Amino acid sequence: MIEANGLVKDFGHRRAVDGVSFEVGKGTVLGFLGPNGAGKTTTIRMVAGFLPPTAGTVSVKGIDVAKDPVAAQKSIGYMPETTPLYEEMTVRSFLRFIAEVRGFSGAERESRVDRALERCFLQPVQNQTIDTLSKGYRQRTCLAQTLLHDPDILLLDEPTEGLDPNQKQVVRDMIREMAAERVIMLSTHVLEEVEAICTRAIIISAGKVVADDTPARLKTRSKKYNAVTLQAKGKDVVQTLEKLPDIGSVQSLEEGKIVVFPKAGKPIAAEILATAQRQKWTVDDLKVDDGRLDDVFRQITTTEDTRKEVA
Amino acid sequence: MNESLNHTLAVAKREWRSYFDSPVAYVFIIIFLMLTGFFTFSLSRFYEAGQADLSGFFMWHPWLYMILVPAVTMRLWSEERRSGTIELLLTVSITPLQALMGKFVAAWAFMLLALALTFTVPLTACYLGSPDMGATMAGYLGSGLLAGAYVAAGMFTSALTRNQVISFILAVVIGLFLILAGYPPVTDLLARWAPMWLVDGVASFSFMPHFEALQRGVIDLRDLAYFASVMVFMLFATQVVLKNKLGR
Repeated sequence: MIEANGLVKDFGHRRAVDGVSFEVGKGTVLGFLGPNGAGKTTTIRMVAGFLPPTAGTVSVKGIDVAKDPVAAQKSIGYMPETTPLYEEMTVRSFLRFIAEVRGFSGAERESRVDRALERCFLQPVQNQTIDTLSKGYRQRTCLAQTLLHDPDILLLDEPTEGLDPNQKQVVRDMIREMAAERVIMLSTHVLEEVEAICTRAIIISAGKVVADDTPARLKTRSKKYNAVTLQAKGKDVVQTLEKLPDIGSVQSLEEGKIVVFPKAGKPIAAEILATAQRQKWTVDDLKVDDGRLDDVFRQITTTEDTRKEVA
Repeated sequence: MNESLNHTLAVAKREWRSYFDSPVAYVFIIIFLMLTGFFTFSLSRFYEAGQADLSGFFMWHPWLYMILVPAVTMRLWSEERRSGTIELLLTVSITPLQALMGKFVAAWAFMLLALALTFTVPLTACYLGSPDMGATMAGYLGSGLLAGAYVAAGMFTSALTRNQVISFILAVVIGLFLILAGYPPVTDLLARWAPMWLVDGVASFSFMPHFEALQRGVIDLRDLAYFASVMVFMLFATQVVLKNKLGR
């Protein structure tokens, strides 16, 4: 439902987004990852029709966003990064205003506002002015605003930024619940979030897409993927392990712990166990790592940055 | 068409309410009424003049508006840009034109409300004598249009910057220029070095001849067209600035 083609955005001489392309269909929760300043927000703003791209196109449900932002925005609910809200309004009157702008009036408007309040657990504060709200409520007010017209596409720019763990959980549950019938695109630099709710992750760095895959498959790119941490007593443990065919390197940690990294992410646990039995080592502990997203993230985004610096 | 009207009205309603949700509206209206009263009755010596004539009332409006209208308009866009709500406003299927029309309508309507509350002045005049009602109505028409022109200019300067103070000062300067453009001291200053057509051109920007004509009770289409064109020009300039700032 979202189709981006070679999106480019320049601010003066600085290129913030440099040829970003992707396509997302129904039922996807797309995590948009990247270091600060990588171009996440700029890309989302272009999809939302707030910023026009310098080059390239983006369309939602077949409507070119730059050409007809008003029509495209009818199927988009957009939550900006800074959760801007009209401070002096109450939560209810704010949602009423957005509902009105979205073309609802009378009883229809009220019932939509009620439903959004309910879905985002905002009833207790509905008559409070927004400037008195805590961060979590502000975030949810901004999220409620995106739901009023039941959009097919939700664009959420750092929806859980600055929330405490409980509030994060609430927002994540809400996102998961809404995902089935929609496309949700959210940006974040919290990696656990991507693992928790996203079905697909795009990593961008310096304005370019550097990875586009499911979170599980991304994790396999980690150096630690299938690495084995073990605690074993016996003769020449490190030396013996280093000679095994699929093993890349062995690292000794404190208290006799050893980390064994495989070559190219191959599974090595069985082989290590067999060797241990043959050599009559006593194995106290053995753990297989399933890779870590933040490693992959760091690997991908730092090499990208360094490459740029060299060039 | 209907939809864009709804958008404009929704924005106007929100702006209107935001005036009254804060003390701004009440402070503004009270100050405005106090100042019009003070200027009319004390400075213009309304009672001593011995004439039931409202020129001493209307003559102060351009000056009052010059200072007070920017206070009403300065936040219209600056605040949206400073707090980032502009990103919200322009991603919910509203065009910049609809948004700015809504804001303009709200601010102008607010000024018209303040102006309407000065009705006690003509009532006093009616009680004391019999003023020319036609001229009074025309004077109010002129003052209302004048307020609209100031609102449009104030909205323009508000779009220029996210700093409300700068927006205020720029609006006052534009207001001052539009008042003084036709005054002899200003035209003389220009006439020393500028060609005559330029002097006349600048002088014709002035509010004053148009406003004074209406005060005398002369409703000339050209004066109405003047005010309308100032508003249209300023609204258009606002839209250009907004599009520019947003990179559209």
